[in-house]
Amino acid sequence: MARVRTGVRAMGAVLAAVLGASLVGCSSTGGKRAEERAARAAAEGRSAVNTPRWTFTMVTHSGDGDTFWDIVQRGAEQAAVKDNIKFLYSHNDEAQQQAQLVQAAIDQKIDGLIVSLAKPDAMKEVVAKATRAGIPVITVNSGSAESKAFGALTHIGQDESIAGEAVGDELNARGRKKALCILHEQGNVGHEQRCAGAKKAFDGQMQNLYVEGTNMPDVQASIEAKLQADKSIDAVVTLGAPFADAAVKAKRTAGSKAEIDTFDLNAKVATALQDKTLGFAVDQQPYLQGYEAVDLLWLYRYNRNVLGGGRPVLTGPQIITSKDAAELAEYTKRGTR
Amino acid sequence: MTTTEQPPAPAAGSDERLLHTSALRRLLGRPELGSVVGAAAVFIFFSIVADSFLRASSFGTVLYAASTIGIMAAPVALLMIGGEFDLSAGVMVTSSALVSSMFSYQMTANVWVGVFVSLLVTLAVGAFNGLMLTRTKLPSFIITLGTFLMLTGLNLGFTKLISGTVSTKSIADMEGFDSARKVFASQWTVGGVELKITILWWAVLVAVATWILLRTRFGNWIFAVGGEADAARAVGVPVIRTKVGLYLGVAFAAWVSGQHLLFSFDVVQSGEGVGNELTYIIAAVIGGCLITGGYGSAIGSAIGAFIFGMTSKGIVYAEWNPDWFKFFLGAMLLLATLLNAWVRKRAEATK
Repeated sequence: MARVRTGVRAMGAVLAAVLGASLVGCSSTGGKRAEERAARAAAEGRSAVNTPRWTFTMVTHSGDGDTFWDIVQRGAEQAAVKDNIKFLYSHNDEAQQQAQLVQAAIDQKIDGLIVSLAKPDAMKEVVAKATRAGIPVITVNSGSAESKAFGALTHIGQDESIAGEAVGDELNARGRKKALCILHEQGNVGHEQRCAGAKKAFDGQMQNLYVEGTNMPDVQASIEAKLQADKSIDAVVTLGAPFADAAVKAKRTAGSKAEIDTFDLNAKVATALQDKTLGFAVDQQPYLQGYEAVDLLWLYRYNRNVLGGGRPVLTGPQIITSKDAAELAEYTKRGTR
Repeated sequence: MTTTEQPPAPAAGSDERLLHTSALRRLLGRPELGSVVGAAAVFIFFSIVADSFLRASSFGTVLYAASTIGIMAAPVALLMIGGEFDLSAGVMVTSSALVSSMFSYQMTANVWVGVFVSLLVTLAVGAFNGLMLTRTKLPSFIITLGTFLMLTGLNLGFTKLISGTVSTKSIADMEGFDSARKVFASQWTVGGVELKITILWWAVLVAVATWILLRTRFGNWIFAVGGEADAARAVGVPVIRTKVGLYLGVAFAAWVSGQHLLFSFDVVQSGEGVGNELTYIIAAVIGGCLITGGYGSAIGSAIGAFIFGMTSKGIVYAEWNPDWFKFFLGAMLLLATLLNAWVRKRAEATK
């Protein structure tokens, strides 16, 4: 018993210390309060329509805690507030699990389904089931080739090959000769397409480097080793915003002259673009993917409108350089770009 | 050697192990009792908070989710009762599906040929695990961690080498695909509920595992090697054969799961399966298996898998934020294990 009591006492002491410290050391800049002020200043979310409260579910192939999908979700939530929609989100990076989540959404008799087709074959049957049950489906982000065949209304996203080619063209315009494409997810078809597209459009040499995306220090070390081993590399392309930062660090340590470019944006990338640490970023506007998906489902339910004329609606690629970055910095901070 | 928790027919002699115990006392002594209580609690909880959880169609989805875990959890539970781990079980499922698909495609063979080649390859991996363990005397944690990493690399490397991409090519138009799909990935609709064939495989595997554990000599050996390997060897239990057999059991179930993956989606992603091995272990532990071996049951693993299926889908039906799923899972694992320990203590105290 005595030991238990000391444990409780110790815990109480720790709690008191934390509370005390937070009261004494106030910061007059930044932090939670600044965030709350900004949120209050932003428009209050109210629906702009008087349609019934429909339920839309989004099921993606995202892993846990993914920055990109967080922005997609924000866009979807914003549109849901405006369109008086109850928005549900679930995700799993295993094909079988993602299919089961779609099945669970169908069981709930929802009014609209948004799904990403990174593993189209695994999703085929369950998406067909949704359309059979009369649920309108919109595909986002990946699966532009399969979307129509699976019976979806529209696909919203970026064609990865086209995005890759845009990178190749931009590298040519910048006079690069030898580039490195960093793939942070072994087994991701979209990533392979990006690097293949870049290779196709790029006049110089392009090599692929696979890194362990879930392990940042390892990403940095791998890029470092490669840059040390080959001094002639003058461009490094990462496929996700968080990896650009690791590539910049690796470049410094390796003493390389390579330009670092990346797919996707985040607050750090925007700042790095402004101070020219990064060359350019290729954005596919994730916010737009989520927002448009919900909005188009609403349009379909309300007015049977379908966008795209049977073709994918593209949200990218958009090349962003230091010129545009200043404007976007504020939006990346609030987590919508 | 007929000393298990089963009450043998009262035989001659006054051995305390042969005493007749009351039915209630026997029930309290079952390893899976705690998990049954836990499963009932989870079921009632989600029935209250999620309207769509109690729909018949939802029940089919939950059972399917549970079966995909349960098929693997049963042999993993047996292995854990035998005192060992298998960390390669998750990626072995993917390997099995990949071998099947690529062999059929590359050889342009009937799909069933690929299926049987895959069985041989998967069993070979299981045998490798078991033999490495018994030959090197290293802990199974290390051995199977090595296998896990090697298989992960082989899955990706071979798939890319052979198919040129990270997923296999579709074999849906090949001979034998339809009959194989019937066996591994068909479904029937019973009164509005869609039941997948994996549920049947799951039931059969759990029944077989339970029979082995409680009614055969091999079952006694499993308890013996898990409880005290040296003592078991001293009284003549074939420790090596038992452990290799257990790893072969896991490999067989991985083959079944892998074929299900392949025939329900006809394309396999090479990078998947990582992390599932822990799910199987969790299901076995929630079901009353001791992490140290020598105690547990196959039925418990099924209940553990069912709890897992209910939670993973129940959170969706309850329309909660899925970010909290892992937290729930962890909390439930702790609660279930504590409950198991408490029930076991009570049962032993009243013996």
